[in-house]
Amino acid sequence: MAKITLDNLAHSYLPHPKSEDDFALKELNHVWADGEAYALLGASGCGKSTLLNIISGLLRPSQGRVLFDDRDVTDAPTAARNIAQVFQFPVVYDTMTVRDNLAFPLRNRGRDEAYVAARVQEIAKMIGMEAELDQKARGLTADAKQKISLGRGMVRKDVNALLFDEPLTVIDPHMKWALRTQLKSLHHQFGHTMIYVTHDQTEALTFADKVVVMHDGRVVQIGTPQELFERPAHTFVGYFIGSPGMNLLPARIEGDIAHVEGAAVPLGHGYGALSGKVEIGVRPEFARLSADEGLPMTIRRVEDVGRHKIVRAEVFGREINIIAPEGEGIGPDKTRVSFDPDRINVYADDWLVPPMAQRSGPVGEAA
Amino acid sequence: MDKSVNNKAWFLVLPVLFLVAFSAVIPLMTVVNYSVQDTFGNNQFFWVGLEWFEEMLQSDRMWNALGRQAIFSAVILAIEVPLGILVALCMPKRGVWVSVCLVLMALPLLIPWNVVGTIWQIFGREDIGLLGYTLNMLGISYNYTQSSISAWITVVVMDVWHWTSLVALLAYAGLQSIPDAYYQAAKIDQANRWKVFRYIELPKMQGVLMIAILLRFMDSFMIYTEPFVVTGGGPGNATTFLSIDLVKMALGQFDLGPAAAFSLMYFLVVMLISWVFYTVMTNLDKRGGA
Repeated sequence: MAKITLDNLAHSYLPHPKSEDDFALKELNHVWADGEAYALLGASGCGKSTLLNIISGLLRPSQGRVLFDDRDVTDAPTAARNIAQVFQFPVVYDTMTVRDNLAFPLRNRGRDEAYVAARVQEIAKMIGMEAELDQKARGLTADAKQKISLGRGMVRKDVNALLFDEPLTVIDPHMKWALRTQLKSLHHQFGHTMIYVTHDQTEALTFADKVVVMHDGRVVQIGTPQELFERPAHTFVGYFIGSPGMNLLPARIEGDIAHVEGAAVPLGHGYGALSGKVEIGVRPEFARLSADEGLPMTIRRVEDVGRHKIVRAEVFGREINIIAPEGEGIGPDKTRVSFDPDRINVYADDWLVPPMAQRSGPVGEAA
Repeated sequence: MDKSVNNKAWFLVLPVLFLVAFSAVIPLMTVVNYSVQDTFGNNQFFWVGLEWFEEMLQSDRMWNALGRQAIFSAVILAIEVPLGILVALCMPKRGVWVSVCLVLMALPLLIPWNVVGTIWQIFGREDIGLLGYTLNMLGISYNYTQSSISAWITVVVMDVWHWTSLVALLAYAGLQSIPDAYYQAAKIDQANRWKVFRYIELPKMQGVLMIAILLRFMDSFMIYTEPFVVTGGGPGNATTFLSIDLVKMALGQFDLGPAAAFSLMYFLVVMLISWVFYTVMTNLDKRGGA
C-alpha cells in the first residue's frame, strides 16, 4: 500500500494543447493518503476517468509527475505499478474457473503453487465466493464477476492501490447496496488505498472517507460528505450534491446583509467587498416556507417523496427548491421563503467566499 | 376487433413453396429418381432398387476420392485457420491503415473461382509462369501436370491464397469486439502475450472462428472449379476430389445411376457434418461462449 502523490499533473488528448480549454484534466496537485478510501465524483466527461487512467498507468500525463510513496512512476508501465483496477464492465477470464481467475496474477508473477493456493482460499473467503471456486467464470452473474475482478486485485499482498471505475454500473440495484457495503467493510478490515470513480453521489458519499468532486477537468472540492453538504466550495458542488441541489440567487453583499433584487436577506457572517458574479447559495434543507418573513415566493409544484415534501417555487422569476417536513401544512398563506442565516454561503464567480472573520483566500482554489 | 380463425394464411406461404419446389425439391427428386433406376436411353427406365448405392459403397474410386477430399479439407483448415488468426492479430486496430488492410484482404475473395484457377494455372507453368519458371531455375523440380506432389502443393497454396482472407477478416471482427478493459486488466495482471491470446483473444473469437471453420470446411469439401481449371483432377487421379469425380462420372461417362447415388451420399455427408457443426455451435452459445 502506498501514498499516491500527483505533482503538477495535467493531461490533454491533443498533441499540442494551446489554451486551458484543451486540457481534459487541468493542472492539479494532490496527495492520496495511504489507506484512505476516496471517491472521485463528477458528471460524465469531467476528467475523472482520465485521472484514474493516469494513476493506473494506462495513460501518460502530458505534464507533471505521479509518485507512489517517493518513487516516480510517471513513465512506469501499468504492470510495474502494482495496482489493481475494477472496470465498469466485469472483466473475468471466461474460460477459467473462479480459482484460476484469482490465481492468475500470482501465477504470472511466478509465485509457488502452495502460496497461490493458500492465498486464493483466503481471498475467496474475503469476497464470499468459496463455494463457487471450481465453477467456470463465464456462467456467473455480473456482481459475482465484479467480485472476482476485485479479488484478482486483492490477491496480491503488496498491491499499492485499488482503483474502481464505476464498478456498479451493470449491477442490479438491490445488489449494488450489498456490494458497496462489502467493499467498505473490506476497506476497514484491510486498509487498502482505494480510489472509486463514480457519477452517483449516493455511491460516493456512502463509500468514501473523502470525496473528490471534479467539474470540467478540475478538482473543485475535496472533503468529507458533511463538508460537501454544508459548505460546497463551488456552485457545481452545491448543485451536484444533494437532491435537489443548492438554490442560488444573484445578490449584492453589504457586510452581513445580502440584497436580492432589493430585498434584504440577513447573513450569519460579515463579508468584505466582492466583485464579479456574486450569488448566495442555500440548500433546500435550510429554506423554510413562511407567511410573513423572507423573500416573496410563488409555489409552482409540490412533490411528496414520503419522508418530506419538495416544494418547487419561484423567487423573482428564479426557480428554487424548498424541503418542507411531512407534517407542515402548505396553504395559500405561505407566500414567502426564509433562509437559515448561518447556512447561507456566498459565492463570487462560482467559488465560495469565506466570511470576514476567518478569511484566508478562497477555499476551493486550495485544491 | 374480432379475429377470424381460419387457415387462409397458408396461401401466403405458397409462393415460397413454389420457388423452393422448383429450385430444390424437384431437382433433388430427379436425382433420387435416377439413383434407383437404370436406363439404356430412349427414356426407358428400369427399377434397380439400391443397387447403385451398393455399387458405389463398394467402389474404390469413390472411397479414394473421399479420402483425398478429407485430406484436402483437413490440410487447408490446418493452414488457413491459424494463418488467418495470425494475420488478424497483425492487422492494425485503428487508424488509416485499417481500411487499406481490409480492402487488400478482401481482394482475393472478390475474384471469381475460375479466374483464380487460371491465374495459378499460368503462374505455375514451368515454361512461362513466374512461379514455375523460377522454382525450376532454382533447381527445385516443380511441375503440376506431372508430379502429384507439385499438383497438391499448387492446389493447396491456391486455396490458402484465395480463402485465408475470409478467416482473417472474421477473426479480425472478433478481435475488434473485445473491449479495451480486457487488455488493461491483462496488463495489470502481468499476463504475457501468449496468455492474452490464450485466455482473452481466443475465447472471445470462439464464435466467429466456429463460423469460419464451418464455412471453410463446407467450401473446401465441395471444391470444384479451381483444381479443375489448374490440374483437371490430375496427374492421374491425384487431385480428383469428390466434385470433380462426380462430374466426370455424370457428364463424362454419362453413368447417371451411379452418379446420382454418389451425389446423394455426398449430400448426406455434407448435411451430417453441417449438423454436427450446428449442434456444437448452439451448445457453445448456450454455455455463453460465443
